[in-house]
Amino acid sequence: MELLQMSVRTLSEKIRTKALGVEETVSVLQKRIEETDPELCAFLTIEKEQVAHRVEEVQKGIKSGIYAGPLAGVPVAVKDNICTKGLRTTCASKMLENFVPAYDATVITRLQNAGMIVLGKTNMDEFAMGSTTETSAFRVTKNPWNTHHVPGGSSGGSCVAVAAGMAPLALGSDTGGSVRQPAAFCGVVGLKPTYGRVSRYGLVAYASSMDQIGPIGQTVADCKALYEVIAGFDEKDATSVDKEINPAAIKDRENRNDMSYMTGEYPNKMCIQRLKGMRIGVPKEYFGEGVSPEVRASVKAAATLLEANGAVVEELSLPMTDYAVAAYYIIACGEASSNLARFDGVKYGYCTAEEGSLHELYKKSRTEGFGEEVKRRILSGSFLLSEGYYDAYYLKALKVRRLIKEEYESVFRRYDCLLTPTAPGTAPKLSESLQNPLRMYQADVNTVAVNLAGLPAISVPCGFDKNGLPIGVQFIGNAFCEETLFTVAEAYEVLRGEFPKVWKQQKNGQKKEERLGVPEKNSAGKEGNGKAGGCDGI
Amino acid sequence: MITINDTDLKKAELLAKLSIEPEKRERTMAEMEKLFGYVEKLKKVDTTGVEPLAHTSEITKENRFRRDEVTNPDGAEGTLFNAPAKKDGQFVVPKTV
Repeated sequence: MELLQMSVRTLSEKIRTKALGVEETVSVLQKRIEETDPELCAFLTIEKEQVAHRVEEVQKGIKSGIYAGPLAGVPVAVKDNICTKGLRTTCASKMLENFVPAYDATVITRLQNAGMIVLGKTNMDEFAMGSTTETSAFRVTKNPWNTHHVPGGSSGGSCVAVAAGMAPLALGSDTGGSVRQPAAFCGVVGLKPTYGRVSRYGLVAYASSMDQIGPIGQTVADCKALYEVIAGFDEKDATSVDKEINPAAIKDRENRNDMSYMTGEYPNKMCIQRLKGMRIGVPKEYFGEGVSPEVRASVKAAATLLEANGAVVEELSLPMTDYAVAAYYIIACGEASSNLARFDGVKYGYCTAEEGSLHELYKKSRTEGFGEEVKRRILSGSFLLSEGYYDAYYLKALKVRRLIKEEYESVFRRYDCLLTPTAPGTAPKLSESLQNPLRMYQADVNTVAVNLAGLPAISVPCGFDKNGLPIGVQFIGNAFCEETLFTVAEAYEVLRGEFPKVWKQQKNGQKKEERLGVPEKNSAGKEGNGKAGGCDGI
Repeated sequence: MITINDTDLKKAELLAKLSIEPEKRERTMAEMEKLFGYVEKLKKVDTTGVEPLAHTSEITKENRFRRDEVTNPDGAEGTLFNAPAKKDGQFVVPKTV
């Protein structure tokens, strides 16, 4: 059980110093998955033999020094829309139920080169279309804090895997909030990097101009460590950007062979120092009437805490926010209708059993292979891109998108980052959201504008509602300023104190209803440095 | 305000190569209508003289080239592995002419 509570930096240090074996680590996690996942349903595919083979490879690699990086030997869960060579990649769709990629996504190659181990593939909304992980064709993932609630989505499986201690790290993808929103609902940290920062090669496309793969972890430091593995230029993705990632810090670290940022003291003092004078904008539109009072209070408390520790916090206005969801859904559905045209039942994927012409084969395979939400978005996109609607809707949305981007640019001349609630509420009950798709889309109000503008943003847990469901605070940064986000998010994390973990309550042997429900009272404030103020409501 | 009737839905189905089952048509039309009604709010934004923004990446403003070199081995086997119907190393499709 001890292993499950370790941060990635502790875990990787123990593996590097051989205090902990790779095989041991993996088997503890696999046991945890066996115990927990039948109820939570976070995973879709786990190939134990492949994992065992990889463990051997990694053990040898660490011994011979090939894998010397900070995450060597660390297992990671991967969202099932990221291609893994020889390992089924379904996008949680009947369309790709038996699809086995012939190649690895670039992020997977990067994980392998870092000596990491892919534990398994995680559940998601079908083709990443949804905000609850309920549109999966295979299973419904549950929120580990309360199994009657959704984990959020579309990267629900990945966030649950991390939140419930089944994987120390995970990869998700974020097109309109699909990493950040489930991270907030599950009480973990999730980053959506700047568009172009992480290669999309091998990520099954939903809306290509907004899709971005992002890391999920228990802490900001964990997330950052995984980000540094996956980020970087890739020739195979024409939209990948050739820009160094935090060149100064990395060079500095290399020079000193310094792993202190992975092993302990680093964030605590330096981040708080760096917080002094940092300018944080709080856009009032992100606290609109749809935002629940508990979320508002918890996120405002986070702002107050940062202000009390040296940050300059000011309210500002981003009036275009009101149009973000409308522009997002036009563009996302349009791009989806084009991207998903490749599923034709011929080259790969589901094929109808019925006989007919080629056209009928296409139509029947797609009709039988796609789920309802995916069909609705493809149909809407096809319609909005058609003659007579293209200019009035699609082009209009692209123009609004430019205005949204320019509005952000104007505020980033004055502020280092923005602070907002990640989502207007906490995790809804199972099956509530799909009753009203438009309302579900509208709940993405605080996350989609970031994707339209291509900016980085991170969600960090900041409290609980009265039912014990986590709340997330989102920090939005200027393009390619992930470092600023890490600094402010880490500073907040230190000031907040340790956030409660679901499995810690399970360890106490409480009754099931209790352990999956309201967290213990003392976890956040007392285990931290005593300055916690962000977690009121716990 | 857009209204979606069965003719519109049929047009979308044709373009999308999809068909909606009879019992789901009413709901699909209603949901599409609601979404399209909602996105009408963009009409309130003055976008005179604003260029559309299809992509945020600066890099896509110009073409990017790389050397035309084979870097991966022949992937025919792995690719065909996923084909629903194959014959003699090729995809099988219904007769088209």
